[in-house]
Amino acid sequence: MAIGDPGRGVATPGPGGVTTPGPGGVTTPGPGGVTTPGPGGVTTPAPGDAARGGTPGIAPASEPLRRFLQVARGAGLRVSAAEGIDAARAVDIVGFADRTVLKDTLGLLLAKTPEEKTAYDEVFDIYFKRDAFAGGDDPAETAAPASEQDPFSSPPYGAGGDGMGGDGMGGQGGQSLGSLLASDDRAALATAMELAARQSGVENIRFFTQKNLYARRILERMGLRALERDMETMRQSGTQEALGRADYLAGRVEALRDAVRDFVERNLLLFAKGDTERFREELLKSARFSNLERRDLDRMRVLVRQMAKKLAARYARTRRRRLRGQLDTRRTLRRNMGWGGVPFVTVWKQKHIDKPRVMVLCDVSGSVAAMAQFLLMFMYAVNEALSDIRSFAFAGSLIEVSEILEQQPVEQAIARIMSLIGFGSSNYGNAFSDFEDGWMKFVTNKTTVIILGDARGNRTDPRTDVLARLSQRSRRIIWLNPEYRSAWGTGDSDMYRYAPFCSLVTVCNTLRHLERVITDILEDAA
Amino acid sequence: VDDALPPGDAPLRSIDAVERGLGEAGYIASRQISTAVYMAHHLQKPILVEGPAGVGKTELAKSVASWLKLPLIRMQCYEGLDESKALYEWKYGKQLLYTQILKDKISSVIGEADNLASALDKLHAFGDVFFSQQFLEPRPLLRSLQEPDGSVLLIDEIDKSDQEFEAFLLEILSDYQVTIPEIGTMGAIVPPIVLLTSNSTRDLGDALKRRCLHLHIGFPDERLEARIIASRVPGIDARLLKQLVSFVQQLRTLDLKKVPSVSETIDWAKIMLLLHASVLDVDLVRDTLNVLLKFEADIEAASRQLAGLTHKARQDAGVT
Repeated sequence: MAIGDPGRGVATPGPGGVTTPGPGGVTTPGPGGVTTPGPGGVTTPAPGDAARGGTPGIAPASEPLRRFLQVARGAGLRVSAAEGIDAARAVDIVGFADRTVLKDTLGLLLAKTPEEKTAYDEVFDIYFKRDAFAGGDDPAETAAPASEQDPFSSPPYGAGGDGMGGDGMGGQGGQSLGSLLASDDRAALATAMELAARQSGVENIRFFTQKNLYARRILERMGLRALERDMETMRQSGTQEALGRADYLAGRVEALRDAVRDFVERNLLLFAKGDTERFREELLKSARFSNLERRDLDRMRVLVRQMAKKLAARYARTRRRRLRGQLDTRRTLRRNMGWGGVPFVTVWKQKHIDKPRVMVLCDVSGSVAAMAQFLLMFMYAVNEALSDIRSFAFAGSLIEVSEILEQQPVEQAIARIMSLIGFGSSNYGNAFSDFEDGWMKFVTNKTTVIILGDARGNRTDPRTDVLARLSQRSRRIIWLNPEYRSAWGTGDSDMYRYAPFCSLVTVCNTLRHLERVITDILEDAA
Repeated sequence: VDDALPPGDAPLRSIDAVERGLGEAGYIASRQISTAVYMAHHLQKPILVEGPAGVGKTELAKSVASWLKLPLIRMQCYEGLDESKALYEWKYGKQLLYTQILKDKISSVIGEADNLASALDKLHAFGDVFFSQQFLEPRPLLRSLQEPDGSVLLIDEIDKSDQEFEAFLLEILSDYQVTIPEIGTMGAIVPPIVLLTSNSTRDLGDALKRRCLHLHIGFPDERLEARIIASRVPGIDARLLKQLVSFVQQLRTLDLKKVPSVSETIDWAKIMLLLHASVLDVDLVRDTLNVLLKFEADIEAASRQLAGLTHKARQDAGVT
């Protein structure tokens, strides 16, 4: 039988003609080397193989560690190349012997936030459990040999796979699978499964719909087809003993199927988690707010915070940018009086950049409520880039809600606001005149007014005159409308009557729209 | 590996040694903390310690310093902290005096130059010490690099500083060196052990995080907390200790504005010791609750459940 890479010792031909992958390749020689006790003529590996597998030869652990890092990235951890190098150095120092130490050590290097810590713990545990053969009846029993194994010294993908042709593998493997199942040698089964999984490229799995496909491929690689042929022959032979044996094997095959399916599922978790989530997030960013499902809301909140943080950091910084090059003579002289006017310390003229002052007027009636929630969340998340933000909610009438939003987390605040005012149909005219009576005096030429609403006042007086005065007083008015442009001005929509007084009227119903608008607001002030 | 290390490294031989050493210095470290200190030394990386207030982040740095008998250099961060306060400052007064002296001695420096050009040449040839180490006033960061035997550098509450300052720390964190424009780059004599603490009032930059080992210290479990209290408040009755810890652990599961931290448990234990208490009872707890909880609303919320909590604590400790 051909073996791909003799140095790695994938299979050791034994006297009984049965082939087991030796620990030199797949299982690890733990302290003293794990020997798989072979009932039923299964060969235990030659000591030479074990020694070779355990020797930290060229590039120790680099390939297997790379695999783990790939898995970690798949789980959403951001692992840079530099961190990969650090991880390799760390592994050199602590070694693989103690799993807890290894977990702590890599955790220190790879997981940088509480969320990442959780993800890391999860992925580490799954990764190190994956060698266990879960087909057994007693989990404690199966856990024992598995924990001795060291996935880090597993062979790289497909080692030896080319050496064994599909047919050879099928024939040999079938025989071997039969005896493996008959002997119920779990460690050897786990190893065979692992090997077959590598050869069928299970690490490319990305979607849960592929689970069955990969499970079938692995089973075929392990030689299931040949085994089924053998079982058929046994049944046809008709002897009592052969029938019994076939039935017994059928039971074991069922267990194996479950084990493989379970194994593929774990791999899906390992390799595809990050991708699936990233995919989902991209979708969410461009999904209409009104179409969101309840279960997506939490994820949206996280996204909003991330986007807002980026914006806030960018614009908070530019505001402090100094204008080096122009000396502030007066202040320099004053600062250096103590040294007899010798200018040791120079003072430079600084450009003073205003942070935008923002007033947000949100329609919280049914039609726009979903949108309002995210707008408010976004505005309060970029708080540090704004000097002052006041918010108002209206439906039939208008109230100030700044205080509620400052005191409570946004989710609760929104719920509270809705209970205060979010009933009834919207009356824009009424809301604007409320605003004029109570708060118009606080609007200055530095204030940006953001109005969120569909401009559908249920055929009440739109009071465009108030908006005209507001437009004169304020720096600018931005109107965000969750409806598509084609719907503006239809039915009771007063959008086109309000539009002349706004410096910007735009469609805004996804997270991407929102980000663009808020960037624009910050941009304008910087 | 050990042979290659200088004798000073012997205490950092293994993770167990770290755990023992910290224990001797009075710091009961979890396995994770010891691993972090061990790795920080061997990988020469700073540790970024995050976690709620009062779980012993600052204390860790102090204990590492006292265990290794290295000077602890502490830098408290705040908004507006800049390099002249963190890194170095010029001794302006002395520099001024120097210019005065130079003015007096200028004729001897220039000597008998017969024209302006040669006078200038001579002036250039004269070694200028105006910007030199002599006039440099080292601030914490520079001082920790200059310690001949190494040091423990504690950069406390890094999240309170500005983002610019964070960027400015990167050089010292990754290469243990600082660049002073007038002089050049100065490396560490012995790389210090650097610990940064953060209460996560804001998110730190990725660049900073990437350069650090990231250690999160949460609230300890019941057993670890009991060990910590026993080491910090020697002489406390073992049964009382059990009740205290059980009570505090229960408090942490309530919905409170600020849950009590380890430092609060220590204070509470000290007070119990002063009061010669041996058993927790509702009145005693009510009178001393303000040591554990710092908000009126929290105290009110907890007061309503005192009887149950105390009962459970006594049960856990086997007191009837």
